[in-house]
Amino acid sequence: MSATLSQIRTARFAHRKRVNIFATALALAAMAFGLFWLFWILWETVRLGLGGLSIATLTQMTPPPNEVGGLANAIYGSLLMVVLATCLGTPIGVMAGIYLVEFDSKSWLAATVRFVNDILLSAPSIVVGLFVYAVVVSRFKSFSGYAGILALSLIVIPVVIRTTENMLALVPAGLREAAYALGAPNWKVILSITLTAARAGVITGVLLAVARIAGETAPLLFTALSNQFWTSSLSEPMASLPVTIFKFAMSPYENWQQLAWAGVFLITMAVLGLNIAARVLSRSKA
Amino acid sequence: MLNTPSAPTKSKLSVKDLNFYYGKFHALKGINMEIPEKRVTAFIGPSGCGKSTLLRIFNRMFELYPEQRAEGQILLDGENLLTSKEDVALLRAKVGMVFQKPTPFPMSIYDNIAFGVKLFENLSSTDMEERVEWALRKSALWTEVKDKLHQSGSSLSGGQQQRLCIARGIAIKPEVLLLDEPCSALDPISTAKVEELIVELKNDYTVVIVTHNMQQAARCSDYTAYMYLGDLVEFGPTEQMFFKPNRKETEDYITGRFG
Repeated sequence: MSATLSQIRTARFAHRKRVNIFATALALAAMAFGLFWLFWILWETVRLGLGGLSIATLTQMTPPPNEVGGLANAIYGSLLMVVLATCLGTPIGVMAGIYLVEFDSKSWLAATVRFVNDILLSAPSIVVGLFVYAVVVSRFKSFSGYAGILALSLIVIPVVIRTTENMLALVPAGLREAAYALGAPNWKVILSITLTAARAGVITGVLLAVARIAGETAPLLFTALSNQFWTSSLSEPMASLPVTIFKFAMSPYENWQQLAWAGVFLITMAVLGLNIAARVLSRSKA
Repeated sequence: MLNTPSAPTKSKLSVKDLNFYYGKFHALKGINMEIPEKRVTAFIGPSGCGKSTLLRIFNRMFELYPEQRAEGQILLDGENLLTSKEDVALLRAKVGMVFQKPTPFPMSIYDNIAFGVKLFENLSSTDMEERVEWALRKSALWTEVKDKLHQSGSSLSGGQQQRLCIARGIAIKPEVLLLDEPCSALDPISTAKVEELIVELKNDYTVVIVTHNMQQAARCSDYTAYMYLGDLVEFGPTEQMFFKPNRKETEDYITGRFG
């Protein structure tokens, strides 16, 4: 009797083991498939990008075809627009996220904001670019850094709203109650307790938003356009790495193509660095 | 070993015809009771009987949730706190609360305690240091943390965190301290420390404690209330409740024949 039971068990166990090996093999294959392309992309970026990279890339302006030059104005334009768009979008996004969790999470207004935000989050960035073109660029009859910043911040806001909302919602209700039980006012509870507890997650969200806009081309194409020269005036068209890459990579000129690869390398490394920073931050929280 | 309540004292909180609703659910049904000043009162009863619900009305915690509603009166020193014009923050400064799970704030041990004090008092840094030390000594935590006041509160063990929360509660010098199953997440040694502390606290505060642990109610309370399905079944001196309760239901619950 017990012998048969143990035989059945052994057979079932062998079956489970086979299924387990099969499933593990599938999962490993899927991972290998993903990593294969990722590493190929990284490898090509490094191989072709490093070749075009030199001190001149960082110090000289974008050159005319077949002349020596660099990407200094594009790097500067990208940095400036990304930083300012983040500075503009982060407070709005964080405050909207706070509103959704701490003030009014169940009202129809919050539900509407959430719905609209989801649409914005998945809206193609070229739509955002065209919107800013229609509203700002065509009205002021000029492409400008300002329009570029506006378009990028419109991409930052929904990302930051979503992560802030998710991170604040993870703060245990008990922590909030404990602070209210001491007689703390609403704003104090939010600033000192919930936002502080969710700090690492919120910063991670901002970093991921920065990583996203660093490589966006479409919203800048219709707004900041590009500029062959150095400009620190935001009311003029402004160069950026993605648009410069777009222009240079499509050109038939050898030196432009090399610079495009150098730009691709710089953006990829920056995005990689931001993602690693975000991972480190969210891990240190746990 | 039982505590014998000394001569009856004046009541600190009087509950009169209190009804409470979670949306449409009638959670507390016509509660009447007098909670005596500077004594420990324990609420016991099976899960879902309304003990914690009642506790959370005393500091109007339920108002954080719009679908919850209380009707009736709770007099704190003669004034109905449910309809009081006084700001709810000032009520909570008088009626402190410690929760089931330890909830250290995401800041240092020192700031955890200073946080509440700063809300109501403008102390110099020396006075604040004294207040923090006083609260930590009172909650029997000082010797364990005095060398690491500026470390994060969450670096402490569960039992230490809970005593930190009690220290945080008494640092603002409330008159009433509400404890909602303060030992349910603690090991026996930490529980013993917290219980000693509760007995000690009644010299200065009116303490109300919700507990699932019958021995705990017997060990540290002067008065006990037995609740069942939203009703207050019986309320009296702890000794009487445990040795010769008036109601059969109380006896069944306390002797473990029910619940």
